[in-house]
Amino acid sequence: MPDTLPADSVGLVSPATLHVDKPLQLDCGRTLNNYHLIYETYGTLNQEKSNAILICHALSGDHHAAGYHSMQDRKPGWWDSAIGPGKPIDTNHFFVVCPNNLGGCKGSTGPNTINPETGRLYGPDFPIVTVADWVRSQAVLADHLGIQQWAAVVGGSLGGMQALQWAISLPDRLRHVLIIAAAPKLSAQNIAFNEVARTAIKSDPDFHEGHYAEHNTIPAQGLGLARMLGHITYLSDEAMGQKFGRELRSGALQYGYDVEFQIESYLRYQSSSFVGRFDANTYLLMTKALDYFDPARDFNDDLTATVASIQARSLVISFTSDWRFSPLRSVEIVNAMIKAGKHVTYAEIEANQGHDAFLMPITRYMEIFGSYMKKIASEVPSA
Amino acid sequence: MSLRIDLQIISDWIPDGARVLDLGCGNGTLLKHLQQRGISGYGLEIDNGNFAECIASGVNVIQADLDEGLPLFADQSFDFVILSQTLQAMARPDFLLDEIMRVGKQGIIGFPNFGHWLCRWQLSINGKMPVSKSLPNAWYDTPNIHLCTIADFEKMCADKHLEIINRSIVNHAHKDTLGIRLLPNLFGQIAVYHIQKQNS
Repeated sequence: MPDTLPADSVGLVSPATLHVDKPLQLDCGRTLNNYHLIYETYGTLNQEKSNAILICHALSGDHHAAGYHSMQDRKPGWWDSAIGPGKPIDTNHFFVVCPNNLGGCKGSTGPNTINPETGRLYGPDFPIVTVADWVRSQAVLADHLGIQQWAAVVGGSLGGMQALQWAISLPDRLRHVLIIAAAPKLSAQNIAFNEVARTAIKSDPDFHEGHYAEHNTIPAQGLGLARMLGHITYLSDEAMGQKFGRELRSGALQYGYDVEFQIESYLRYQSSSFVGRFDANTYLLMTKALDYFDPARDFNDDLTATVASIQARSLVISFTSDWRFSPLRSVEIVNAMIKAGKHVTYAEIEANQGHDAFLMPITRYMEIFGSYMKKIASEVPSA
Repeated sequence: MSLRIDLQIISDWIPDGARVLDLGCGNGTLLKHLQQRGISGYGLEIDNGNFAECIASGVNVIQADLDEGLPLFADQSFDFVILSQTLQAMARPDFLLDEIMRVGKQGIIGFPNFGHWLCRWQLSINGKMPVSKSLPNAWYDTPNIHLCTIADFEKMCADKHLEIINRSIVNHAHKDTLGIRLLPNLFGQIAVYHIQKQNS
């Protein structure tokens, strides 16, 4: 809990909700007749409505990207390291918009909201949404806010995939795209990890085919396991080694099956805190959205042809120790953009934190991110 | 802002509308200058400070280690591949030259001439490794590990069957003196070559 809010924080924020009655046709063939999107905004939209930045969140993210909801909050929003006055996404210049994705569990329509057609929770019956569906729904939010063209669409990991999809599908609606720690599609290994996570959730006896809420329970064991696995893939061997090594909790070997090593204790803590704040059906849905993401599929698997429509200038960033979406995966995107003759800048950041590096204030990362955002800021009047 | 001598020579050789790749593009000065003439392209740079400056200039820049070649780029995908004042810092200049001629229809290579009389003087009379305006570092901390002379470079071009379309040999004052014209390898400080594959 901060006693006073840091000077470079966006401060106390509260979300807004957009109710949409216009049906949204989804890739899976189903339609959401109406839905709502919860979102936060930071900074001020200028008169020309040209200084807006869209932030796309990753698997376990939400609309609370920066600032605090109350003085009692233990932590700020998930990307507070990058969003705020004087930070790379400088709220003195930009109007920042961050929605919770459809299918999420933090206030936008998803498995844990009421299906107006049945009057009951959607639960597992919520349609599987794709990255392209998210982009369509985010465009509806942009329309509502009067933003015809984003100054930039920015995202890391699954958020970076949404940013890439924006640039491909709605090329005239953004001037810049920042694709951080992402990939043009998942590898077999990525999908395999997701499947293990889903199996952990679905095989939990409390899962009840996704109808756990009706049984007043949650598949805590399964969701916790899924998070543990995910967490291992977000960190690097080196980072884990540095943070925990082989340190023991009690200082001596117990020759038993209880938690002994600090890393075990850490994973259990991560898992239990996640279970309290995240919905299992949303987790399943998000991992499927990741698995299905493959924009080149509509272009005979030709990524160069896929990015041919892009008009935005791009910044692509990867991290050396990220083995979930390694630098080579970012290079695939960069390579296609170069072949297609697109404006692209690419940096590989030396970092030992693994995939999670994209959320951390690593000096060189912040410097490059900040320089790029400053260049964007120089192109638009602030509010 | 006036361009560095070698960059001005390079800029003069590149026609409007060309597609260029600038290897070791520094802070992006040349690319920014070329952009104003409708010449598009990318810079490759490894230094962090330079990289951020390129971004600030609005130049497309890719972080890459030239010693690894140019794996990101397809064969003959650029009109010009430029390498200015960087050849001598490469682990394998010959390998990079092959890569330049693979990716570019034409190459432009600029380097400090180690055959300049002052270098020869410092080595032969003083018995010390030359230190000059183009080569300011001491031998033990210099990035310039593969220095060559004009004669050496032309020999490498011949060995690799590369045609020299144009060359410009100047001193730091950008003067093309009688001495340079008569004895370029003795009086030239900076050499810039415009090359392509023979019979291409």
